[in-house]
Amino acid sequence: MNRIDKTFKRLKKKRDKAFIAFITAGYPNLSATKSVVKELAQRGADIIELGVPFSDPLADGPTIQAASERALKNRVNLKSIFRLVKELRKDIQTPIALMTYYNPIFRYGLEKFTKDALRAGVDGVIVPDLPIDEDLALRKALRGSGIKEILFLAPTSTTDRIKQAARRAGGFIYYVSLTGVTGARKKLPQEIARNVRRIKQYTKTPVCVGFGISGPKQAEKIAKVADGVIVGSVLIKAITENFGKKDFIKRVGTIARNMGRAVHR
Amino acid sequence: MLPDKKGHFEEFGGRYVPETLMSALEELTKEYEKAKRDKRFKKELNYYLRQYVGRPTPLYFARRLTEKLGGARIYLKREDLAHTGAHKINNTIGQAILAVRMGKKRIIAETGAGQHGVATATAAAMFGLECEVYMGTDDIERQSLNVFRMKLLGAKVLPVTSGSKTLKDATNEAIRDWVTNVCTTHYIIGSAVGPHPYPAMVRDFQSVIGKEAKQQIVKQVGRIPDYLVACVGGGSNSIGLFHPFFKTRAKFIGVEAAGKGLTSGKHAATLTKGRLGSLHGSMSYLLQSADGQIKIAHSISAGLDYPGVGPEHSYYKKIKRAKYVAVTDNQALEGFNLLAETEGILPALEPSHAIYHLKKLAPKLSKNQVIILCLSGRGDKDASVVAKILGEKI
Repeated sequence: MNRIDKTFKRLKKKRDKAFIAFITAGYPNLSATKSVVKELAQRGADIIELGVPFSDPLADGPTIQAASERALKNRVNLKSIFRLVKELRKDIQTPIALMTYYNPIFRYGLEKFTKDALRAGVDGVIVPDLPIDEDLALRKALRGSGIKEILFLAPTSTTDRIKQAARRAGGFIYYVSLTGVTGARKKLPQEIARNVRRIKQYTKTPVCVGFGISGPKQAEKIAKVADGVIVGSVLIKAITENFGKKDFIKRVGTIARNMGRAVHR
Repeated sequence: MLPDKKGHFEEFGGRYVPETLMSALEELTKEYEKAKRDKRFKKELNYYLRQYVGRPTPLYFARRLTEKLGGARIYLKREDLAHTGAHKINNTIGQAILAVRMGKKRIIAETGAGQHGVATATAAAMFGLECEVYMGTDDIERQSLNVFRMKLLGAKVLPVTSGSKTLKDATNEAIRDWVTNVCTTHYIIGSAVGPHPYPAMVRDFQSVIGKEAKQQIVKQVGRIPDYLVACVGGGSNSIGLFHPFFKTRAKFIGVEAAGKGLTSGKHAATLTKGRLGSLHGSMSYLLQSADGQIKIAHSISAGLDYPGVGPEHSYYKKIKRAKYVAVTDNQALEGFNLLAETEGILPALEPSHAIYHLKKLAPKLSKNQVIILCLSGRGDKDASVVAKILGEKI
């Protein structure tokens, strides 16, 4: 069974929710990413999302844009990310999903991407600029591999689109909390709970909420209505603020732990 | 009929955007399809094109240029004479009317050279809409006159400091704004690029160029021309000229920017040198690295300085309906001078690329043959760039 499915099965038994941690691969460098991922796994992250840097990340706010730009300066690409995942798999069995814009994997070749991702130990792929209308080629490539294509839904998704995504969803559904780009927000929309419930009418696939979540209080609130909480920019910020300090890894770990506890409460 | 329902020109086009935008694109498509069939919409659009933009623009026989090159007869489609000085206004008027119909009160746009920004600010002012234009800080510096024009027209220019600080990143930022404010805002894309329905919709609004040219040339010479020549950045003036001639025997030549040369790594010749990929919402040829990262384009003309191209051009290239060639910065300057001196017209640097190509094409053809060149904009905006290169202070 795919590690993502296994994780949700385990959490469901405990009536617990998933804490999903996003960081950009190669920010500020690949060896830091490796240490941070291991720390996140130990500090309560149930699923790790690794961002593949892209030159034109149009769904991302300034925090992840800057991280992506820095990672590209380090010449991080899919090949080096697969190598990283392979090495991580020696130590951790936490599910890993790659969050990537479409062009890098399209250019890499979707068949080759699937093969290499599988071999490295990747469990899911999340493509923010590939709506369900355009994902046929990727779906075909992933078929039979066990790698899950995580689909998005948004506050603006029509019932028709929710139904389509629900029919096809695997792993979990990524519900975007707000109309906007990634990045921590002080306030989140009221309708999250209602919209998550609306999606859950049509599917048994877990629904996780991401975008904008900036602190444990928000995380706790969302964990009450969703099956998981996705946190990204906050962790990137923690990396930015603490990189170079002696206890860098521990400091990032503490912030992750606090978010994780809020989700698991 | 292409594109298909989801905006595909075979493997090109489509909608490669975040889920958040999908319902807005579906709404826009529906509204546009409805408007296209609505007589009132057509009447309103035609009214503004005639009374406000100044259409039809002339199809001018360039006698001295023809004599100088000594071959085919050259006709210029004078989009430089449209209000605001370029073809961009054809599209912004159309989309502004649509925005009003959809009840959207705020308009956003991206701009490189500032021509599309000015055309958008103009349409927004005329329809009483709020207008914000994203522009890279590098372009703001290069095109300060257009920045000031936009401000005079009541638009807010939002500087973009990310990435290459030019058109590509201004487009990213405009899309991010649209994702955020999708319920209240209409995004007027300036070229035949972006997710469906934009490439088809912008093409349709710009097709007024080709439709007029067809009638005018038949009236003036009694037949369909042998060649159509136009510059290609995103490709809106060229697709607007070409598309109405699709089923005729006229040959299409799109002229891209070869910048400092095709092997220099500093060019914007997307169709000549690019590879298939997705950027800004559609699948098309792109300048990109082996890893699929988008490369920074270069051209002397800010309007061609874009690493992507409209999906319909990629399709025309694939089916060999059009031929695409590339012209360098220096050659474009030659084209600029050539038209200024033979015809007393200062062309924008974008169509100056196409003018240069006439030097190669026209002399090889007979005197009975006919070329239409789309003179997409006037050159006043480029005077300072050209002066700088010539080492003159103005």
